[in-house]
Amino acid sequence: MTQQGVLLTDTHIEDAFVEFQRVQKSYDGENLVVKDLNLAMPKGEFLTMLGPSGSGKTTCLMMLAGFETATHGEILLDGKPINNIPPHKRGIGMVFQNYALFPHMTVAENLAFPLEVRKLDKSTREAKVKRALDMVQMGAFGNRRPAQLSGGQQQRIALARALVFEPELVLMDEPLGALDKQLREHMQFEITRLAHELGITTVYVTHDQTEALTMSDRVAVFDDGRIQQLAPPDQLYEEPENSFVAQFIGENNTMEGVVKSIDGDTCLVQLDDGSEIDAVPINVHNPGDRTKVSIRPERVEFNKDRLHADAHTLKATVKEFIYMGDVFRFRMSVAGNDEFIVKTRNAPDAVRLQPGQEIDIGWLAKDCRALDA
Amino acid sequence: MTDASQNAGPMLAADGTPLKQSLARSLRRQKLRALMLVAPLLLFVMFSFIVPIASMLFRSVENSMVSDTLPLTVEALQSWDSQSGELPDEAVYDAFVRDMVVAIDNKEHTRLGSRLNYEETGMSSLFRKSGRKLKKLDPETDGPFKEQLIEIHEGWGKPNTWAVIKTHSPAVTNGYFLNAVDMRRTPEGAQSQPEDKQILIKLFGRTLFMSLVITGACILLAYPVSYLLATLPMRVSNLLMILVLLPFWTSLLVRTSAWKVMLQQQGVINETLVWLGLVADDARLVIINNQIGTITAMTHILLPFMILPMYSVMQTIPPTYTRAAKSMGATNWTTFWRIYFPQSIPGIGAGSILVFILSIGYYITPEIVGGTKGVFISNRIAYHISSSLNWGLAAALGTILLGVVMLLYWVYDKIVGIDNVKLG
Repeated sequence: MTQQGVLLTDTHIEDAFVEFQRVQKSYDGENLVVKDLNLAMPKGEFLTMLGPSGSGKTTCLMMLAGFETATHGEILLDGKPINNIPPHKRGIGMVFQNYALFPHMTVAENLAFPLEVRKLDKSTREAKVKRALDMVQMGAFGNRRPAQLSGGQQQRIALARALVFEPELVLMDEPLGALDKQLREHMQFEITRLAHELGITTVYVTHDQTEALTMSDRVAVFDDGRIQQLAPPDQLYEEPENSFVAQFIGENNTMEGVVKSIDGDTCLVQLDDGSEIDAVPINVHNPGDRTKVSIRPERVEFNKDRLHADAHTLKATVKEFIYMGDVFRFRMSVAGNDEFIVKTRNAPDAVRLQPGQEIDIGWLAKDCRALDA
Repeated sequence: MTDASQNAGPMLAADGTPLKQSLARSLRRQKLRALMLVAPLLLFVMFSFIVPIASMLFRSVENSMVSDTLPLTVEALQSWDSQSGELPDEAVYDAFVRDMVVAIDNKEHTRLGSRLNYEETGMSSLFRKSGRKLKKLDPETDGPFKEQLIEIHEGWGKPNTWAVIKTHSPAVTNGYFLNAVDMRRTPEGAQSQPEDKQILIKLFGRTLFMSLVITGACILLAYPVSYLLATLPMRVSNLLMILVLLPFWTSLLVRTSAWKVMLQQQGVINETLVWLGLVADDARLVIINNQIGTITAMTHILLPFMILPMYSVMQTIPPTYTRAAKSMGATNWTTFWRIYFPQSIPGIGAGSILVFILSIGYYITPEIVGGTKGVFISNRIAYHISSSLNWGLAAALGTILLGVVMLLYWVYDKIVGIDNVKLG
């Protein structure tokens, strides 16, 4: 990846609540799992660390929680360096992937545990436990054992337990990974609602991009031990800043070529089969650079009336038509790429192209981004 | 809905037979095959384990020798009152001579003597000595015998001799069990053994106490090791595991003898302590041939049986529990005591049962390093099996040992709950 950390330093925030400064982490002394991480979060933000497995996102979370130590660099919490503070003194709430509810305690005892170690008196404990259980609509389950609860219920209890001692920062490590789709969507909503209602700062780790896009204020896309892009969900989807992010978030069509000319905020790209298209230069700098051009399937247009008269178009052959209910999905062969996907909404005037049909396709130059090769 | 389910009667299969019967038939083959697969082991266990144990248990109450060897005497003694203090009448002596002539022919009289000697010292020599002269008597012509027998050996003139024979004539006896708890069967009923013969209760108590000490020592030593095994990285823990298992691959006798080398007065430990000046040369520690020796050596030998179940339970405790506890503000100690330890209890339970039951019946190690003060009840059992040949008493002791273990197991189940025991 070509542009390391440049964008990250741009996102510096005054009086950040959580801050990573040039943090590196190595387990074996030979490879860096986290390479030069810089990140600043304001109070109350819901930030998601998204990335494929092994990208370093969980390691970052564990360093913040105090279970791993940073090999280099500084982690600040509310302005104070916390590298040498043991986990139990950090006061950070945490929800684990498999909930980690203590099996030998009842639900109420689980919730009371963080209050007990803080030496709160019994009546305060009971009141807080009750409030936390009610908050996740589990008030009637205080006397059950975790093993007697369903996955979704355990998830709620884990959430309540992380919130019961009113931490200002809550970390969640793929908390919804073990739930089925419907429950997951419901819990996504519930978690964001709680986080915003209580005004907690949340760091959420997931490899599910839908989860990341729907829940977060900002998403940090991790790959190869680095943050590839840190941006609000809409910006991440519509304006990916490098080809990893473009590929990783949502569906994407990629075409490879060479930059022929750059003119301000547009550039002309010659694809490998010789055809030419317009694109926005994102991280190509000189004519002659190789580039991967990225275009979202729903931004491709084959209705000529909707394109600029002078827009470049490409010849496309329809290979397959897939009916998905709300959308139509076409697989086309474009500029030597057989996996080019086009999506249109199932509107009253939508055209159903048949396999074998040959058409011209095009797009607005601003939707087509020339990224690093 | 099929026709079958609409009938009020039992559910029928497609061919009209009742569904239950049909199901049983289809499962029979499967069950039969399963039985065939376990049959060799089942037979092996039957003949090499269950049958010998049952026969041993039976031996602890079996007492047919007196009534088999002296059938007529036993019958004649029925009418004699052993409490009267008088000798039985001529009929008993007559019957006794008839029985003895047959017994001497079959060479059974000395065995009977040894049997009765367990109950009353002197009986063995009485039978042996009388045997030679009794042989010459003809029961048909030489009577009456009362005077002649008393002439042969004065023992026959004591009412007590006859009382012993009568007391131990029933085919089933509780005598061995009474002996096993330092009591004896007398004509006056069950009575305590004389003070100087009361050793078995003490030995049972010592066996239980020392087994508990050994189990406790194993728990204390094994817990940290198991914890390390379960938490260290794979490569290191595998190496550690080999060290734990290494003693398993060495003969038990070799290990125990090694402890002898370590612990004796001129042994490694004493020599080192003397050399360091910690112990005076004339005051070397006595750490072998007593309870310390047995406890030390057995703790070492039984340690793997504690480590392995503990380790396999600890391995299943995910590290996220401790992390979760710490993230909630618990210190290392609180995390251990409130979160980790309760979850490791099933391992402690399994290890304790294993070690305790193994040690309560241990034999070789106490025999070698225990001297006289450090031996277990099993050493006494072995003595009765191989030296005194009092198998009945050995069987009774064994049965009591088995009963104690089962009772403790039951108590353990009531207190800890056997469901909480995990071997992995």
